[in-house]
Amino acid sequence: MAGQAWRSAIVNLLRKLGLSINGENIIKPEKVPRLVGALKNEAAQSKNFIRGMKTVTLIPGDGIGPEISTAVMKIFEAAKAPIQWEERNVTAIKGPGGKWMIPLDAKESMDKNKIGLKGPLKTPIAAGHPSMNLLLRKTFDLYANVRPCVSIEGYKTPYTDVNLVTIRENTEGEYSGIEHVIVDGVVQSIKLITEQASERIAEYAFEYARNNQRASVTAVHKANIMRMSDGLFLRKCREAAEKHKAVKFTEMYLDTVCLNMVQDPTQFDVLVMPNLYGDILSDLCAGLIGGLGVTPSGNIGANGVAIFESVHGTAPDIAGKDMANPTALLLSAVMMLRHMGLHGHAKNIETACFDTIRDKKVLTGDLGGTSKCSEFTEAISQRVRDMD
Amino acid sequence: MAAHSTLLSVSKFINPVWGGRLGNTVKVLGTSLPSHRSSSRLAPPPAKYGGRHTVTLIPGDGIGPELLSHVKEVFRFSCVPVDFEVVQVNSALESEDDINNAITAIRRNGVALKGNIETKHTLPPSVKSRNNVLRTSLDLYANVMHCQSLPGVQTRHKNIDIMIIRENTEGEYSNLEHENVPGVVESLKIITRNNSLRIADYAFQLAREKGRRRVTAVHKANIMKLGDGLFLQCCREVASGYPDITFDSMIVDNTTMQLVSKPQQFDVMVMPNLYGNVVSNVCAGLVGGPGLVPGANYGRDYAVFETATRNTGKSIAGKNIANPTAMLLAGCMMLDHLKLYDYATLMRNAVLTTMNETRLHTADLGGQGTTLEVVQSIMRMIQSKGQLTA
Repeated sequence: MAGQAWRSAIVNLLRKLGLSINGENIIKPEKVPRLVGALKNEAAQSKNFIRGMKTVTLIPGDGIGPEISTAVMKIFEAAKAPIQWEERNVTAIKGPGGKWMIPLDAKESMDKNKIGLKGPLKTPIAAGHPSMNLLLRKTFDLYANVRPCVSIEGYKTPYTDVNLVTIRENTEGEYSGIEHVIVDGVVQSIKLITEQASERIAEYAFEYARNNQRASVTAVHKANIMRMSDGLFLRKCREAAEKHKAVKFTEMYLDTVCLNMVQDPTQFDVLVMPNLYGDILSDLCAGLIGGLGVTPSGNIGANGVAIFESVHGTAPDIAGKDMANPTALLLSAVMMLRHMGLHGHAKNIETACFDTIRDKKVLTGDLGGTSKCSEFTEAISQRVRDMD
Repeated sequence: MAAHSTLLSVSKFINPVWGGRLGNTVKVLGTSLPSHRSSSRLAPPPAKYGGRHTVTLIPGDGIGPELLSHVKEVFRFSCVPVDFEVVQVNSALESEDDINNAITAIRRNGVALKGNIETKHTLPPSVKSRNNVLRTSLDLYANVMHCQSLPGVQTRHKNIDIMIIRENTEGEYSNLEHENVPGVVESLKIITRNNSLRIADYAFQLAREKGRRRVTAVHKANIMKLGDGLFLQCCREVASGYPDITFDSMIVDNTTMQLVSKPQQFDVMVMPNLYGNVVSNVCAGLVGGPGLVPGANYGRDYAVFETATRNTGKSIAGKNIANPTAMLLAGCMMLDHLKLYDYATLMRNAVLTTMNETRLHTADLGGQGTTLEVVQSIMRMIQSKGQLTA
């Protein structure tokens, strides 16, 4: 609920309990936390007990975003997943002080729910503000981008049996955005590697490996050339490896990884790397399984925030024509369910999706079929319903 | 013939004086000279001492020494008029003397064939990668790699024919790093107008020479707006001078995605240093692995030949299972550079016949042959051509 609704809910609750604050009916914002604290235990317990539902912020996005979001909501309903959706829009607005930021209600919603699902956002050129994805990243300190790449049976690519996860540091590295023109004709770009960020991402990589029963973590680097920067990253990975002895740790040069990835992707499990290598490698792996239209992605931030998203574009040419493929957003939503611990529902929805694609009877255009998005969604929903 | 050699000597005269400073002017003059060698590559050093060339040989680490000894053997067997001056570089030492000796030797001879020198992580960060030092000291600004699908090699993708031209001296490999605040390391990526123009020009000239239709620039200018933006701008400028060749650009992450799904769409690719590293390794993997593709590093005055993916291959060193194809083909590229075309063709045909027809493959291609067997097969093929052999 947005701030206003929350406050009025409290006022109503107080009236019901026969309380008031200094005889006023208007609750000042500063007093709300105190009230919330006083009522917290009861309120929280009753909410969970009554519903058992978890609220998730949904950002439909632009272009095909709204269609695929609706598809996902429908499938979740069919699967009876205990998820309540809170839709928000993100468009850049100018906050006090002239800094660009996302709308307040979206921020509040995310901070409260901690989990979000996002469709594709368009970045208007020459709008004067940075890309929306960048704004979200900065606002919630989304430091890890996780992309599991699993071959989809039924969607043929030259590579079968791909099953790896790329974990990419998302805040610094080559994308720090610090560039200068030294003299006319000489440009310097700064790649920033910090101990703190490297430690954080290395820790996350090993935790992820442990939580998802993955056998090994490989650090990808170029420490033979960038001795100090990638050297620091590598050191932090080694330290994190020491703390997680159960997971096997290897290190490999970026070029060797690229070389081996296109020859035999089955040898890789979890890969952790700085920003630029992560960008290139995660897209390479997405290409191995069939492209961005079928690849899920999740962004993990500080304070337990996690935003799961589809990484393809907004496809304005097919927007509104019921031709979109919701697979990427659906698989990201499945990733979200797993993150929340709802493994049963995640498995059902994922199996339904893969079975529908394997069957090849109802497929959207980009998967090689002729069906509409709604038909594809209905096929998956039906399968999920039949599973119960 | 006389006119051709006078024009060549004139170009030799102009280039050292004006060098890169007048940029496009010299190149415009250069392109009008009839020459089947690109004017950005100087003529090879003249053969001295009885018509025999001297070439620097740097064995390096891992599989380098054994593969290069095979190359020497094949050369000797085919009576190639090349003598090798071997310079050892010890990667375990901190001092730079070894690599400086190697650089001096290359300056003296003009041409080199090398294995990869390992960069030990146990040494302090002030010890730079020896391979990098060699490339920057000799200003070997263009790394050229030609990836072709070979009929005898089983791969997932067929009909690949991509030329990759990679800027070899600056970019992310500038070796400028510092730690201003403890725990925060900055690494500088330098892109200059001169070098970008130079490499773009090299790419287009090579494309024209080889009859290629399209050049693609690979970049990340949506994020690194100034750095890669400058590179892209320079490529566009040079492209405008070659109206017969189509020019387009692609962002590096999209490029890798396209390479693993539809590599046949690419023709010639030009890019800065780091992306070149990624793309060249992806392409080498697509055509069959690191044991197949040779690479060349060209500068204005020097040329160094090696395997394209620059691996030390420590895990397979000394086991007689390494694939000698890449190093032998690099030797052929070197012979072409020295204008010993007949020998180059002879050796290349023998190598490719062994690869494609007899299907004698080493372990990396899924076969059971040893390095020695492959080399012997190649030598037998050379002998069967009826030419003079040792």
